[in-house]
Amino acid sequence: MRLVRYLPAVLVLAVAVLPLAVPWLKIVLTVALAKGLAVLGVVVLLRAGQVSFGHAMFFAASAYSAAFLMRGFAGADLVVLLLAGMVCSGTLGAVIGLFVVRYRYIFFGMLNLAFSMVLYALLEKMFHITGGSDGMAVGRPTYLGLELARTSFETALFYTSLGLAGAACWFVHRFLCSPLGEALSAIRTNETRLEYLGISARWILLIAYVLSAVLAGLGGSIIAVNQGVVTPDLGYWIRSGEFVFIAILGGAGHVLGAFAGALIYELVRFYAAAMAANVWQMILGFVLLGIILFASRGIVGLYRDLAALASGSRSHREPLR
Amino acid sequence: MSVTLLEASSLHISFGGVTAADGIDLEVFSGERLAIIGPNGAGKTTFLNICTGYLTPSAGSVRFGGRDITAMAPRAITRMGIARAFQSPQLFHEQCVIDNLLLAAAARERAWNPFRPLRERPEHDEMLALLELFGLADHAASMVNELPEGTRKLVDIAVALALQPQLLLMDEPTSGVSSLEKFRIMDLLVKALAEQGVTSVFVEHDMEMVERYADRVAVWNSGRIQSVGAPDQVLADPSVMRDVIGV
Repeated sequence: MRLVRYLPAVLVLAVAVLPLAVPWLKIVLTVALAKGLAVLGVVVLLRAGQVSFGHAMFFAASAYSAAFLMRGFAGADLVVLLLAGMVCSGTLGAVIGLFVVRYRYIFFGMLNLAFSMVLYALLEKMFHITGGSDGMAVGRPTYLGLELARTSFETALFYTSLGLAGAACWFVHRFLCSPLGEALSAIRTNETRLEYLGISARWILLIAYVLSAVLAGLGGSIIAVNQGVVTPDLGYWIRSGEFVFIAILGGAGHVLGAFAGALIYELVRFYAAAMAANVWQMILGFVLLGIILFASRGIVGLYRDLAALASGSRSHREPLR
Repeated sequence: MSVTLLEASSLHISFGGVTAADGIDLEVFSGERLAIIGPNGAGKTTFLNICTGYLTPSAGSVRFGGRDITAMAPRAITRMGIARAFQSPQLFHEQCVIDNLLLAAAARERAWNPFRPLRERPEHDEMLALLELFGLADHAASMVNELPEGTRKLVDIAVALALQPQLLLMDEPTSGVSSLEKFRIMDLLVKALAEQGVTSVFVEHDMEMVERYADRVAVWNSGRIQSVGAPDQVLADPSVMRDVIGV
């Protein structure tokens, strides 16, 4: 029973120490953490019942901002790249958000998709500036002023990503429990009453949208320096779909679901691609089918059911946190 | 001397061939409880919808506290001090009762600190006291969707009162409630309104409720106001009894 209770803490600890034992895993785990941040952004919007099929645009926008910064200021610091990526995606989120928060459900999802495909096309076609489909190289930035060797930098980047993921989880959890987060949830259940409380649903959704864009942007900056190259594929609709896929896999019931989903997704993808190169997408498809059919609340829901079973209490469906 | 809080002048609105407001003129005075009666389709709810910004009249105006609110959005009107309770309770059904009220309190205070949980709001005790007033304190932690209709109607009114409005508009506050319960609910409601000094307008079909709880009554018929006055006078009018009540 205790093991179940402390399972999340044990897993977080395992993720933290695993790269020390298996160094090559840190690249995979860093990618998972970067994607987890973007998925956390998608989860914030799911709280309002809205699904974005275009959040990869913020992921790509900040990744390219890192590439441009490194091109213009060789040796720029990682902190600067991360901050610039957040500002870039947040600003883009505020501008696009002004349009998309007027719509709900399928229209919201499709409008996000449309904007993301516009960005994708720009990145793909403006090859004199963006390198087209070849993308742009991203040099290794300094880390708090230090010029680290590749292995050391990868380790530093992994632990920075882990720290940022933890900070993002804490912040989003606080946000979702605050009046803003509760109002965001109220958009899903009764927008009419929200308006009759004197609250603008659009403003609430816009704030959440900018937050989700910043989170996706943070993930994009990390992926850019982790991979050392950015391509338009980072903003392609398949990437946006991947974020939604991971959000469902992890479950939107808790902020940790985004990272649990991203870790499992990346590990399944990694091993499936290595062992069954031609059918790895099919394996992922079956994993998602299994989750939808047998654990519709995702990994978080599974964990809660397990915890309820261990404690002998009835499993309950808590409001999203 | 009575102070006019809400003033509707020459309101007109039609839906296709149906005229729901045909030159409505009505004043609501500060501190009173005004009942609106009339047959179904007379335009009573339409009047509430116009006053709260859900509908914009094709002609005429609504003034609240001397300010024209005719074309304002519901949220702007709410912020000015008009709250509304609905015929069908409008609540956040995936949240518990106290969270519904606390969200209203946060909206009232415009307190949007993203680091402070809703349940740690300083208005927590105030909201519990409000629930106590309606005899709902035991339901504070209950999920809204698990409550019976009558209780949800009370919670809906409590949410509106949590905004500390100057004027509360209610659409059939006791419909769907047993005949034994409705007097108890209205007694609680009148007490709450008096404690907070809230002016109220309520749509009602039960003449006994009107006689007992309204200071004035306005009779709606085919989008027009047939008569306005003290309940004992209006309800004694044979034309009202015939045209509106059907007796």
